[in-house]
Amino acid sequence: MNPPVGTPFFFYLLSATVLIGGVLVITRKNAVHSALALITALLAQAGLYLMLYAPFVAGVQIILYAGGIMVLFLFVIMLISIERSQKERQFNKQWLVGIAAAAALGGLFIAVYTKGKSLFPEGSLTYAEAGNTQGVADLLYSQHSGIYMFAFEIASLLLLVAIIGAVVMAKKRI
Amino acid sequence: MEAMLHITTLHYLVLGAALFLLGVIGVLTRRNVVIVLMSIELILNAVNLNLVAFSRYWQGIHGSTALHGQVFAIFIITDAAAEAAVGLGILIAFFRNKETVNVDEVNLLKW
Amino acid sequence: MHAIVEYIRGYLASDQTPGAAGNWFWATVYILLVFVGLSIAVIAMNWLERKILAHMQVRLGPMRVGPHGLLQPIADALKLLLKEDIMPAEADAVVFWVAPFIVVLAAFTVFVVVPFGPTHAITDMNIGVLFMLGVSSLAVLGIVTAGWASNSHYPLIGALRSSAQMVSYEVAMGLAVVSVILMTSLHGLGLYGVGGAASADTGTLSMIGIVQAQLEQHEWFIFKFFPLGLIGFFIFAVAMVAETNRAPFDLPEAESELTAGFHTEYSGFRWSLFFLAEYSAMIAVSSIAVTLWLGGWLRPFPNAWAGPRWDFFFSLFPGITFLFLGGLCFFSAARMPKHPYFRIQTLGLTGFGATLALIGLVLFLPGVRERVGDIFWFSAKVAAFMYLYIWYRGTFPRYRFDQLMKVGWKVLLPTGFALLILTAVLGFVEPPVAAWLRGVL
Repeated sequence: MNPPVGTPFFFYLLSATVLIGGVLVITRKNAVHSALALITALLAQAGLYLMLYAPFVAGVQIILYAGGIMVLFLFVIMLISIERSQKERQFNKQWLVGIAAAAALGGLFIAVYTKGKSLFPEGSLTYAEAGNTQGVADLLYSQHSGIYMFAFEIASLLLLVAIIGAVVMAKKRI
Repeated sequence: MEAMLHITTLHYLVLGAALFLLGVIGVLTRRNVVIVLMSIELILNAVNLNLVAFSRYWQGIHGSTALHGQVFAIFIITDAAAEAAVGLGILIAFFRNKETVNVDEVNLLKW
Repeated sequence: MHAIVEYIRGYLASDQTPGAAGNWFWATVYILLVFVGLSIAVIAMNWLERKILAHMQVRLGPMRVGPHGLLQPIADALKLLLKEDIMPAEADAVVFWVAPFIVVLAAFTVFVVVPFGPTHAITDMNIGVLFMLGVSSLAVLGIVTAGWASNSHYPLIGALRSSAQMVSYEVAMGLAVVSVILMTSLHGLGLYGVGGAASADTGTLSMIGIVQAQLEQHEWFIFKFFPLGLIGFFIFAVAMVAETNRAPFDLPEAESELTAGFHTEYSGFRWSLFFLAEYSAMIAVSSIAVTLWLGGWLRPFPNAWAGPRWDFFFSLFPGITFLFLGGLCFFSAARMPKHPYFRIQTLGLTGFGATLALIGLVLFLPGVRERVGDIFWFSAKVAAFMYLYIWYRGTFPRYRFDQLMKVGWKVLLPTGFALLILTAVLGFVEPPVAAWLRGVL
């Protein structure tokens, strides 16, 4: 397996895409534009996963997030009319408090990462991509090393509850 | 400059933190429920990015089978799917009753 | 010059895809080749669809532009490029502009992992199938945004229908694919009971790995655990027609109800992008089906009829095919009316036939013959699927939307689940039975 080429360049390109996408999501008036920006951010993030040698997570990100969840979002945006909400006020009255809280959280992040910088001395490790999917499957299903098997079952239960919940919520008359 | 060109785990963590903050700002300030839900997706993605970055860091210490962070990321994606389905279901039910998609008009605390 | 030839020869001898070898130059060459090949295939498909459909309906189809209308697609492409590109006044300009590109990008990116041969792929990913399904599912985003951005009723209804349809059938499609991924890990009886390894082993998601698993297990997955593989293939074959919005599932663009569905407001160049994307998506899903169930690039009976003599026999097929096509052209040229008005057409058709025959002769050269076999068999299988698409369009009436949803959710999905469970159970039960059978025989 060859080492990746141009890692810094692609990292900054993809991060810029993710961040610009994120900013557009929270600033656009039109929900469809927000959704498209979010899709771009999600795809760029799948690229970041590939750079972190997590191809399976990247694939799941594309197929589930970009191809599944976001289609659901777009579908719902089109079902409910949005013309009216575009002309209204976009930010609620507590926006100042919200920004202040976010700034406080940001300060906390900065503090933590400047203090804890020495904890992560070396990050540029190279690992073969082959076997990643098999490794994830081992942790999820294997007889001996499958320590997340129970959690997996719980997750499937969660999905079942979500399906029933969504049907019950969205149905006019049950 | 040297620190900029050598991509380490910390770079990914900083990116994750920035994304998380964007999501928090979106959740706390926007009125449109759909965009609030999308901001929640941003937050979940920020967490995922951290988990996968840590997974790679962990692999450097414990060998390439230590993929716990990635497994967690997959669980979070599952959770995001469930959340989106239920959240949008509630949104449709709500829109049918009150003809609005603004969060600050959801102030009845009852159905 | 000599060095370049040596370099190319050295590359051809390697047994890796350019992506795996990390070879930027060859990866670019492959991308260009795939792009050009795909464009030619779409043009050919356009002509073939109109001709075959016409002959199914006892018509002639395009006859005027070029001999037997052979130049019709080129004329159409020119017409589309020269036409005015209209954007509705009320449309959302940015989204309207971006939507066709999303669809085209999704349709073309899929071909990064399509294996035309053991080394003839742009790259081979550890998550090949997942990547293909994921990227091809992005096309629905383009369709939805196109319908929404047009800000008009028919496109919006078309887009909503299309997104509901594609999301529904993706589930059934995914289940069929998962059953194949399961099969890659289950070594069983094999064809005539002479399979490879007797024990179960790790499966794979890589496209090349899946074809190699079929080679090792001595059978195409369509015949594995008969009839389970066949059922999985059937589910996929139905879902893939729905996924590409083709007849009989072409509700998103049902002419009689929605004029043209999601691309009603598009014209000129942007419309042609949708057209290009539709046909390359058809080729893409067909190549998934071929790779997963029909042995990808493998020639018929690679194990039972092994050996240099059979290899030689099957390596003659590409050349024979092209010679046959050339012969067909000569035959048609001979049947052309002898009027002076048709002289240019006759000459053109003869020239086309001569070119095809020349290609056929080149394909008989030993060095070429051995290398194009994979690509030929893969393309031939995909071409069979393309014919099926046209055949469906000529035969089946369009479904009603609720019927379509019913088929997806109430027939294909439960069948898919049953298939998955049965495959797993059979894979668990079969190794001991196979071992016992080997003991008895």
